[in-house]
Amino acid sequence: MSNKIKHHLTDDLLMAYAAGTLPEAFDLMVATHLSMCNQCRAQAESFDAVGGYVLEEQDETVAMNDKALAETMALIANGAPIAKPRRLGCSVLPSPLQDYVGGDVNDIRWRPIGMGVKQAILPTTGDATARLLFIPAGTAVPDHSHNGVELTMVLQGAFSDEVDHFARGDVEIADEDLHHTPTADITGDCICLAVTDAPLKFNKLMPRLFQPFLKI
Amino acid sequence: MFTEIDTATLDEPVASRPSQKPWRAKKRIKGKPVNRAQDKCDKRAEWVDHVRLIRDAQDQAAFAELFQHFAPRIKAFLIKSGSDAAMAEECAQEVMVTLWHKSHLFDPTRATVATWVFTIARNKRIDVLRKQRRPEPEELGWGPEAEPEQDDILVLQQETAQLRNAMTALPEAQRQLIEKAYFGDLSHREIASQTGLPLGTIKSRIRLALDRLRHAMN
Repeated sequence: MSNKIKHHLTDDLLMAYAAGTLPEAFDLMVATHLSMCNQCRAQAESFDAVGGYVLEEQDETVAMNDKALAETMALIANGAPIAKPRRLGCSVLPSPLQDYVGGDVNDIRWRPIGMGVKQAILPTTGDATARLLFIPAGTAVPDHSHNGVELTMVLQGAFSDEVDHFARGDVEIADEDLHHTPTADITGDCICLAVTDAPLKFNKLMPRLFQPFLKI
Repeated sequence: MFTEIDTATLDEPVASRPSQKPWRAKKRIKGKPVNRAQDKCDKRAEWVDHVRLIRDAQDQAAFAELFQHFAPRIKAFLIKSGSDAAMAEECAQEVMVTLWHKSHLFDPTRATVATWVFTIARNKRIDVLRKQRRPEPEELGWGPEAEPEQDDILVLQQETAQLRNAMTALPEAQRQLIEKAYFGDLSHREIASQTGLPLGTIKSRIRLALDRLRHAMN
């Protein structure tokens, strides 16, 4: 599966994910992509190794309290937290997304936003937002551009725009300079995860009027 | 640096006790001079056995050695990340508790113990200091499968040592920026100019381990 992915995450996103400085919505995008892509996951874990270096090679350490080890052993004796049941990896939604949806693709609470397109906003904190998009086969999302950065990753089906063709696991990275009209392949409905750190700008009047209601 | 001789006489480390496990680290011969770089590399391989001893035997002596080494580093890391000392103390203890409970999830063909501890400390920071959830990638099959090959573990340790040397050789200003990034002091946009780190070799090694796991799952 992972060897078919053509459009990957950038090094700066992977390093920021390893450093733990991304907004939650972007962490969700990265974790979902890494679940499908060994290439990016190997790179992300290499950036973790840089973190291991930083932790290990600090010039100064800070002594723990005298009783710290005994206190820690007492915490351990309280028992392990109950582990989440492990989810299987062969569904439309990789497990990080299932945690946010509370189930698989049939459990997504879609809200229609016009022309058959539906979305579901996922609960994340911070400045960025994450949402799932459902685009019916052959449908185009209105021409729009972006104030900030928008990442869109295909989970089911595929879409094309002015840039390229995107299938499951592919990530399109759009910034202020990209105006595009993503169109779902005619062969099937398309489901995507989209995260953005700023609202979208639609280039036609009607969608712009709707924007406050859509929370995008 | 290869002529430096480490003459410190250390107590016999926990990990060199007799064990049936094939991944047991090579026993260090007491009194034999070892150069420091080699010694550091051995030390890292030893931590792998410490984690295994916790996993297989709930070995408190092994845990105490890990605690002594890592807890003060975790505490320093969290303070540099903006925590006060009391919070950092509490979190460092919790990170070590997590290490104990998750010892069965540690994969020494993909990470050193230091790297693994870093990821637990980082997630604790996101949880406690940033009050944010941390989505993690799907776990790849691990646990009931065969133990990883000792060679795969050693190669990963060696490549991590190479990464460390490469990091140490970076210009001071660049290394400080990278440290700032990992202490959480750079936004992801500022990080964009910090990439280009020498990760090629270690990445290929981790990729092999991941592909093997993925293959075992399917």
